[in-house]
Amino acid sequence: MKRLLFALLCLLSLTAHASEPVATTADATESENFNPGEMILHHIGDSHEWHWFSMGETHVTTYLPVIAYRAGSGLSVFSSHELAEGKVHEGLKLEHEHLVSTDGAKVYDFSITKNVATLMIASALMLIVFITVARGYAKRGTAAPRGIQSFFEPLIIFIRDEVAKKSIGPKYERYMPYLLTVFFFIWFSNLLGLLPGGANLTGNIAVTLTLAVITLLITLFSSNKNYWAHIFATPGVPKALLPIMIPVELIGIVVKPFSLMVRLFANITAGHIVTLSFISLIFIFRNIGIAPVSLAFGLFIFFLELLVAILQAYIFTLLTAMYIGGAVEDHHDADYQMGGGDGAMPAKAH
Amino acid sequence: MNIVTPDLGLIFWQVVIFLIVVLLLRAYAWKPILSSLKERESSIEGALRMADQAKLEMQQLQAGNEKLLAEARMERDRILKEATTMSNQFIEQAKTKATEEGARMIEQAREAIRNEKNAALAEVKNTAAQLSIDIAERILRRELTDQPAQQQLVDSYLKEVKLN
Repeated sequence: MKRLLFALLCLLSLTAHASEPVATTADATESENFNPGEMILHHIGDSHEWHWFSMGETHVTTYLPVIAYRAGSGLSVFSSHELAEGKVHEGLKLEHEHLVSTDGAKVYDFSITKNVATLMIASALMLIVFITVARGYAKRGTAAPRGIQSFFEPLIIFIRDEVAKKSIGPKYERYMPYLLTVFFFIWFSNLLGLLPGGANLTGNIAVTLTLAVITLLITLFSSNKNYWAHIFATPGVPKALLPIMIPVELIGIVVKPFSLMVRLFANITAGHIVTLSFISLIFIFRNIGIAPVSLAFGLFIFFLELLVAILQAYIFTLLTAMYIGGAVEDHHDADYQMGGGDGAMPAKAH
Repeated sequence: MNIVTPDLGLIFWQVVIFLIVVLLLRAYAWKPILSSLKERESSIEGALRMADQAKLEMQQLQAGNEKLLAEARMERDRILKEATTMSNQFIEQAKTKATEEGARMIEQAREAIRNEKNAALAEVKNTAAQLSIDIAERILRRELTDQPAQQQLVDSYLKEVKLN
């Protein structure tokens, strides 16, 4: 849908450009030169205003609040409309969607950007949906689930039984709120990102970084002595190899969440880039004939992305549960120790 | 490379909002949902266990019933057997008693007959003696008168006796 709309809009803006009186040849080539890379990067990146669509010269945009802090001038809060089209406001201006100060001072940008707004929407949606589901349980007690409750119940049970119980073991209950929240947050955000005009929230490295760091902190704070024993005195490894093994294991602690961060970011961003690239083909070839092909591929990728949306949420949750499981595990089986290092790693590696 | 540099602002908002969402959902959604699910699962499990137990109890009850029935049947057989034995015994006893009684009565009758016979014989003897005495008396009286006549008389009396 996003692609359809986008194709339509691009077509409309192109025709608008074409009908404009051409001032200079240089200008003409610049305005007609379609740069797919820039367009795609702009689309998957964050921005201070929510640009829905443009029709000719009319831009339908929601201006979001800018919140910036500078050491000298303190906090500035104003609408991003003040910064539109390169305008300068309170000594701040936007340079390639980056808030910079005209006097060169360091700017701490806490603006409600498009991604922050999407984050709020996703959070509000989750609160509404799951508090409604919880109310269903309160109302019906132990009776069979109905409505929205029966849609989410299998997913919740799946996360509990197949992810948490299997990966963490008997101590799973403490981690259920985080696992469920992270699963549904990623899934909802992924789906919101697929909506027309939606922001690429889970394809933003800051978001995946935060989630990965939270997972890392939970893992570290719930780790027991077995976990550290495995790192500093890996069973089954000769003492002479420990100077090599310890740094490797220590790096492993960071690599696990790093892989979580990159996996989610790359999967979602790649999906967006691929769909946008298919649409860009129309403009690269400057031929309407290519449109059906692009649309077919775009649609295919879109459905693939719907699958990826839940798949990535599941993978992130599963791996988080496995890392936590590795940290809280009480004892290791004999064959576990025989393998050396973290015996579960081959299975965990994705 | 803009897309791989994390924005501080977004990290800030992500941390704040995500943690709020986790805490809110934990309090108002996940805990009630998970506890309800647990409750429901345990109630289903309990119901299943109860059904199993009821089935077992039914089976036990049925087995008990059969046992009771078998016992009752055995009891009936026993009673019947006892009754038959008892009745046989009674009949036997009655028979024995009757035979004994019969024998006793026959014996009594015999006794009575014997007594009667003895009495009769005694009477006959007495009568015969009386007759002999009478005859002797009469003979003695005749003797005194006539010899032939006496002889005749004795003969006639003797004849008389034989007739008796």
